[in-house]
Amino acid sequence: MNELVERRVHLEWRDPKSSYDVVIVGGGGHGLATAYYLATRHGITNVGVFERGYIGSGNSGRNTTVIRANYGIPEAVRFYQRSVDLYRTLEAETERELMHRQKGLLWLAHSETGIRAERARATVNTAFGAHTEYVEPFQIAKICPQLDLDGGGVWPVLGGTYHPAAATARHDRVVWAYAEGAMRRGVDVHQRIAVTGLVRDGERVVGIETATGRVAAGLVLAAVGGHATTLATMAGVRLPIRTHPLQAFVTGHYQLQFEPMVSSGDLLFYISQTARGEMLLGAEIDRQPSYSYRSGHEFLSSCAFRAITLLPFLRDLKVLRQWTGICDMSPDYSPILGETGVPGFCVTTGWGTWGFKAIPAGGEQMAQLIATGETPELIRPFALDRFARDRTMADRGSAGTH
Amino acid sequence: MSLQIPCPHCGSRPIEEFAYGEIPSVPDSITGDDARDLDHAFMHTNPEGPVAERWFHVNGCRRWLTLTRDTRTDQVNQVVEVDRVIAYPEDTLR
Repeated sequence: MNELVERRVHLEWRDPKSSYDVVIVGGGGHGLATAYYLATRHGITNVGVFERGYIGSGNSGRNTTVIRANYGIPEAVRFYQRSVDLYRTLEAETERELMHRQKGLLWLAHSETGIRAERARATVNTAFGAHTEYVEPFQIAKICPQLDLDGGGVWPVLGGTYHPAAATARHDRVVWAYAEGAMRRGVDVHQRIAVTGLVRDGERVVGIETATGRVAAGLVLAAVGGHATTLATMAGVRLPIRTHPLQAFVTGHYQLQFEPMVSSGDLLFYISQTARGEMLLGAEIDRQPSYSYRSGHEFLSSCAFRAITLLPFLRDLKVLRQWTGICDMSPDYSPILGETGVPGFCVTTGWGTWGFKAIPAGGEQMAQLIATGETPELIRPFALDRFARDRTMADRGSAGTH
Repeated sequence: MSLQIPCPHCGSRPIEEFAYGEIPSVPDSITGDDARDLDHAFMHTNPEGPVAERWFHVNGCRRWLTLTRDTRTDQVNQVVEVDRVIAYPEDTLR
């Protein structure tokens, strides 16, 4: 981290102004990407980003960095494919090394139902621009030789899909690249300033209250992770969001190369290898809503058990560390972004367990919405009013894991 | 160790034995039948702090209990009441 910190010393950390055109609450990937695209694409630089910890200290620094677009419905495939494309050129655009690496993702099926779902996924993905192909077990063995295709005799691998464009990137570098890019163009990023309230003028949201004073805003964007409902309640907005913990863990170093990411919908876990050679595993959310960052042994043992069923080599590795993030889960496993019905208050939330991959597209589209005042076509299906219009975006390809 | 829920029948048991049940609440500020239906169907209060909620002891006495839990710490504060026996509700059969 040192070389990154030293290079950042030249950045100007100013005190908050008394007023901004746009105030973004939450200095994570989505908030900073929105600020970056407001500055670069729309020339809007009178923007203040307020983060109560340090930037990237929430879910942006706790996720498992999966970038993919193999979702289950056309609207989602188009949106996430935009993000995959933006990630591909992000290193060149920001002139920062983000350790972006294309790996490919295998999604395994262990039942007839699973095979049908994977065939449907391949069809929908390819039709809407995210190349995914159905693969037979002998092809799977070539892509990932470590897999036990018998699944320990319990979860045989009967087929699956392969999504070659799937990639990973270093999450804190993505956050810092957006922060740097935005700050060098005049955006103010404020760390360790908690937003304690919203200022209302009648219906309209006109500013924020912070520990250091009141800041007026032309528009407030809630880009917080985990605490979205708390902030929305201050604006009188009800959200279909519950906050659930999501855990992950890494093992010690695995000597061999493990190229693809592997995911199993039936076993509800996924795995990839980090740049340091550690095996990184994640699974489903904890069932009860909670804001606690508590990690538990129950998760660790059940996830490890399921993973070892398919990847017996994991048996010999030790667990290095385990951690938890808190996710804004929407009922249809799709994000909620755009206007809220309250003037001056927008949200980008419902990023559940799929937020990191969406950072570039989410930021770009929110910036366009804020700059033009019109909801872009790409994110119109994900507006909050879809619940009132009975147009929920139930997405099986989202899976609630990564 | 797992989080524990103090079941009045079975004693302190790990949280994995229980199925979670939210107590839905629509704020009084929301008026109109449609708006209240929408809120009831989709929206959540999702409080940060103590909240009353229901748990069904799937792998135990198979009774619903109502308790308060602090969502910031997962600390279970008290079991408020124990309800009637409900045998095998559909959503716990998975």
